[in-house]
Amino acid sequence: MVCEMENNHLEEMDIEVLSSMWPEDINEAGRQFNIEKPGGDQDMLEEVTIIEEPTIVDFKRLLELTNYSEKGSSQLAYLVKNWEYKQANVVRLLREELDNLNKQRQEVELKKLEILEEHRFEEERYGCDKRPISILDEVYDIWQDVPRRRNVVVVENKGLEIDAECDTVIYWKQQAMHLEKLFGGKHSARAVVIGHQDKELRYRFIYNHFPSLQEEDIIGKTDVEIFTGAGVKESQEFKREVLERGLPAKREITFETELFGSKTFLIYVEPVFSKAGETIGVNYMGMDVTDQVFDLLIKDEFIMFLLAQQVRKREKMAKVREELAVQKAKETELNKTIHITEETMRAKQMLATMSHEIRSPLSGVVSMAEILSTTKLDKEQRQLLNVMLSSGDLVLQLINDILDLSKVESGVMKLEATKFRPREVVKHVLQTAAASLQKILTLEGHVADDVPVEVIGDVLRIRQILTNLISNAIKFTHEGNVGIKLYVVPEPYPGDGEGHHKIIADQSTVTENTQKDDRCLSMSQCISKQKDFYGKEHEEGPYQNHTLNDEPKTPVENEASMDEDNENHLHLHETTVWIRCDVYDTGIGIPVFYKIYLSVTNDTNILFYTPDICMHMEQVELMGGHLTVSSREHYGSTFTFVLPYKVSPICEDSDDPDELSDMADHDAAVDDNDEDTSSGFFQFQPRTLGSLFSSSSSGRAQKLSANNFGFSAFHKLNGFADDSCSFPSNNIISKEMTSVDDACSVVDASETSSEPKSSLKLSPVSDSKVARGKKCHDDENGQFQNPCKYSSHSSRVSREVDEITKPRDAQETCQMQSKSDRSSRCSSSSGPEIPKSASKPKILLVEDNKINVMVTQSMMKQLGHKIDVVNNGVEAVHAVQCHNYDLILMDVCMPVMDGLQATRLIRSFEETGNWDAAVNAGIEQHMPPSDSSPNGQEFQLSTKRIPIIAMTANALAESADECFANGMDSFVSKPVNFPKLKQCLEQYLP
Amino acid sequence: MEVVQLQTRFVEYTASLFREGYLDAQFTQLQQLQDESNPDFVVEVVSLFFEDSERLLNDLTRALNQQSVDFKKVDANVHQLKGSSSSIGAQRIKNACITFRNFCDEQNIEASLRCLQQVKQEYSLVKNKLDTLFRLEQQIVAAGGSIPVME
Repeated sequence: MVCEMENNHLEEMDIEVLSSMWPEDINEAGRQFNIEKPGGDQDMLEEVTIIEEPTIVDFKRLLELTNYSEKGSSQLAYLVKNWEYKQANVVRLLREELDNLNKQRQEVELKKLEILEEHRFEEERYGCDKRPISILDEVYDIWQDVPRRRNVVVVENKGLEIDAECDTVIYWKQQAMHLEKLFGGKHSARAVVIGHQDKELRYRFIYNHFPSLQEEDIIGKTDVEIFTGAGVKESQEFKREVLERGLPAKREITFETELFGSKTFLIYVEPVFSKAGETIGVNYMGMDVTDQVFDLLIKDEFIMFLLAQQVRKREKMAKVREELAVQKAKETELNKTIHITEETMRAKQMLATMSHEIRSPLSGVVSMAEILSTTKLDKEQRQLLNVMLSSGDLVLQLINDILDLSKVESGVMKLEATKFRPREVVKHVLQTAAASLQKILTLEGHVADDVPVEVIGDVLRIRQILTNLISNAIKFTHEGNVGIKLYVVPEPYPGDGEGHHKIIADQSTVTENTQKDDRCLSMSQCISKQKDFYGKEHEEGPYQNHTLNDEPKTPVENEASMDEDNENHLHLHETTVWIRCDVYDTGIGIPVFYKIYLSVTNDTNILFYTPDICMHMEQVELMGGHLTVSSREHYGSTFTFVLPYKVSPICEDSDDPDELSDMADHDAAVDDNDEDTSSGFFQFQPRTLGSLFSSSSSGRAQKLSANNFGFSAFHKLNGFADDSCSFPSNNIISKEMTSVDDACSVVDASETSSEPKSSLKLSPVSDSKVARGKKCHDDENGQFQNPCKYSSHSSRVSREVDEITKPRDAQETCQMQSKSDRSSRCSSSSGPEIPKSASKPKILLVEDNKINVMVTQSMMKQLGHKIDVVNNGVEAVHAVQCHNYDLILMDVCMPVMDGLQATRLIRSFEETGNWDAAVNAGIEQHMPPSDSSPNGQEFQLSTKRIPIIAMTANALAESADECFANGMDSFVSKPVNFPKLKQCLEQYLP
Repeated sequence: MEVVQLQTRFVEYTASLFREGYLDAQFTQLQQLQDESNPDFVVEVVSLFFEDSERLLNDLTRALNQQSVDFKKVDANVHQLKGSSSSIGAQRIKNACITFRNFCDEQNIEASLRCLQQVKQEYSLVKNKLDTLFRLEQQIVAAGGSIPVME
C-alpha cells in the first residue's frame, strides 16, 4: 500500500514536502490524538480524509531526512508505525462503513421486495377490465414494428404472442441485448435469462448470455426436465401459478442445481395471451442475483427495470382505460346521436302529422277565401282578398314543403312533373313577396319571349326556390329592385347526348307551342279585351277558330293518348328546354350576408351553405340543373339556376285542371289576371296594401279593373248555376248558353253537331239573365254555405274544389264574355244572379254491386238526393252522353269498363267536346233523347268538368293516385257511409 | 215473452254480433238508413245480399271446380262478394274475401278452394246470425214493441 502511494504521488509531493516538514513535528501528538479519536463515530470519515492528506507527502522526503540524522530515522520509524496504525484504523472505519451501508442496502432491498410482493398481483385491481386481451391487442400492434424498435430502451415484451417464432426470436434477442446493455456496463458477467414457455411450460424460446446448455437441450422441455435440484420445482410451480392466474409476478428463487450450483435468481414471469384471451404460455425473465455485494445494485436495477415495466404497463393500462373511456364516450355520443336522430325522426313525423292537421283547416280557409273572391267585392276588398289568398296559399305551400322536406330527407322525394306556366309562377312569387313587402323596393319579373308559356316541371319546388330566393333578396336589399329573369338558354351540358337535338327540335315545338299558347292566351286576352273593347272580340274569335282549325289533330291525338298512361302521353310529345332563372337584387351583396357560409369554389360561382339554399341546390340538382350565385358587394347578387323543363306542345291540356293541378291553386288567386300569362314583364311597385299589384304588361294590365273582377266572379257563379239547374226551362236555357259557349271555346261546331250558334247565342241570353237576376243571392248562399261549414276536409279534396271551379272559370269567363258584351254588360254590374228554382243536383252513381247500389242509393235518399244508377263504365259514358250530371260517383272496379277508363273518356269529352275517345274505346255514341229539349232545341251537352268521385274499396294511396291520375277529383273509400257521402256532396255539389 | 225481454235480447244479441266481429259499423249505417218510409230496409238489403252472395258462391264453386280455373272471373266474383259484404258490414266475410283475393292473385287453386270454404262458412254463420236477429226483430214487432236503436 505504501509503495503504491509513493509511486502514484511522487511528483506532487515535491511542493508539499517543505511545508509539511514543520507541522509534522509539531502536530505529531495532535495527530495521534486525532487518529485515535474517530472510534465508532461515522463523522470521523471526513477527518480521516483530512488526515490522509499529510500522509501522502511523507515517504521519500522522510527517507532523505532520515539520512541526515539519527533522530530523523527514529522519527521515521515512528512515523511509519503511526501511519500503519492510521491505515488500519481507516480500513476498520471503512469496513464499518461498508457494513453499515450493506445493512442499509439490505433494508432497502427488503422494502423493495415487500413492495414487489405487494404489487405482484396488483393487476387484479384492473379487474374492471375483464379482458386483458384488449391490452395485448394493443401490444400486438407492435408486431411489425419490432425490428425498428432496437433503439427503444425497453420494448413492451409483455404479452407478445409467440406464434411467429422468427419475429419473436428477433424480438427476444433484442430484448435480451437491451437488458445486457442495461446491466452490462456494471456487471457484464451478470447472467440474464429470457425465455418463453408454452402452456405446458415447455421452453419455446430461450436466451441465455452464458449458455451452458445448447438450445436443443432446452427447447421443448420444461424446467423440471432440464434441471434437477432445489428451486426448480418452485420455479416451475411459480410459473404455473402465473399461468393460471393470468397475472404477471416476480419472485426470488434460489436454485441448487447440479448444473449451476447454488444460484439465486430473481424471476419475473408474465402470462401470454392469445388474441382470443386464452393464456397460451408465459414469458420468463430471470437474473442471477447470487450473493455478491454489488449484486444488490444490479438487483436494484433489475427491480427498477421490472418496476419500470410495471409502470409502463400501468401507463399502458391507463392508456387502455383512457381509450376505453374514449370509446365509451364515443359510444355514448353515438347513442346520443341515434337518440337525437330518432327524436328528430319522431319530431319530423309529428311535424308531418301536424302539417296534415294544419293543412286541412287551412285549405278550408283558403278555399273559402277563393270562393269569397268569386263574390261581389269592391276593388280594395278584392285586393286584400288576393293578398289573403296568396298568403294562405303560401302557408299551404310551406306546409307542403315541410312534408316534402321530410320526404327529401328520408330520400323518398319524388319529383312531380306538372304542367305550369312560368310567367304565372314568376308573377305569383313576386306578388306574394310584394304582399308582405315592407320596404320601398320594386319587384320585377322579366320573362323572355322564348320561354314557353307552359312547361312541365316540379312547379312546387321551383316556386319554393324562387320564393326563398326572392325573400332572401328582399331581406338583403334596402333600395332598388329585386327581380326575376327567365330566359331560355342552350343546354348547359352538351355532352349529355340527345340534348342538342332536342333543343333544336324544341325551337319548332316551342314556336308551335307559343302559337297555340297564343290561342290560349287569346282566349284569356279576350276576357279583358271584351270588357273594354267589345268590337275587338270578333277579331279574336276567328283567330281562335283559325288556330284550332289549323291543328285539328291535336285533340284527337290527345284523346288517343288519353287511353294510355298519362305519363306516356306526356312523353309522346315532350321536348326539353333549359330555362335560366336569375333572381337578382341591388342589395348589399354576398360578402356581407353570406360571408360565414360561403365557400368560393371558382371565380364566378359561389356555392353557399345556408340550410335552405343548400336544400335548394340539392333540389335543383335533383331536377337536373344547378344553382349558382354571383355577387358584388354593395352592388347586389344574382342567384341563378338553370333547369331543364319538358315542353308539351299540346296546349289543350292547359285547360285540364288535372295536369295543371298545382298551378290551379294559384290560378284561383290570379284567375282574374289571366292575361298575364302572355305578358313577359311584371312590376310590383312599392305601394300601400290597397294597391299591391300593378302589371304593366304591354298595356293589358290597365284592364285589370274592378269590372274584371266582377265579371269573373259573376261567371263563376253563373257556371255553378248552370250545373245545378235541373228545372227544365231554365236549365235548358243555361245549358244552351254554356253549350254554345263551349262550342265557341272548343270550336268544332260541325263535330259536335250543334245548331246555328249565332242565333242561339243571342236570343236566350239576356232573358235568362233577367230571369236569374233575383236568385243570385240565395244561390250564392246555397252554393257556398256548405263548403264553409265543412272546411275540415282533406286538403287534397279541397284542392280538387279549386280545380273544378277554376277550369270552369277559364272557360266560362271566356264564354260569357261574348254574352255579356251582347247583353250590354248589364250583368256585370248586376252581379251574380242565378235561378235555383228547386233545382236538385243530378247525380250519377256508377256501381255494379247491387248491394252497394242499394245502400248508396238509400243513403243518398236520406241526404235528399235522387240518383241515377248505372252498372259499369260503358253505361256511365252513355249516361253522360245523354245527361248533364253535376256529380258522378264512380266505382273503380267494374266489369265491362272500369271507372278509371270511363273517367278518362268523360274527361276527354270535356276537353275536346267530342266522344271520339269513347268511340275509339268501342262505345257507341248515344244521342241524348229528343224529349230532353222541350224547347225544341236540341240537347247540348256541357263540356264543363263534372266532378267525378271515385269509390274505391282499397283506400290506399296508390289507388288514390291512380284515381287522380285518371282525372278523378276525389275518392271515397268503400264502404260508403253517411259522413263520407255527406262531405263529398257538400264539397262537390254547388 | 215480454217485449222488454225481447228487446234486451235483441240488444245483447246485436252487441254480440259486433263484439264477435260478424258485423261492423257499416251495419249500423244500414240500420240508420231504416226509417218509417223504409221500414224493412235492413232486411231488404240483407236479403238481397244473401241472394247475391249465394249466387256468387255458387259461381265461385263452379269456377274453381273447372279444369282450368278462370281466376279473373273468380277474382271478379270475390271482389263482388267483398264489396257487398263490406257494404252491409259483414266484416268476417269481407276479411275472408280479402285473403281469397290474394290467393286469386297468386292463382293458387288449393288455397282458393280453402278460402272458398271459409267464405262459405262465414257466410252461413252470418246468415244464421242475421236470420236470428231478424226473427227477434219480427218477434219484437209482433209483440208490439219497437226495435231498439243501436248506438
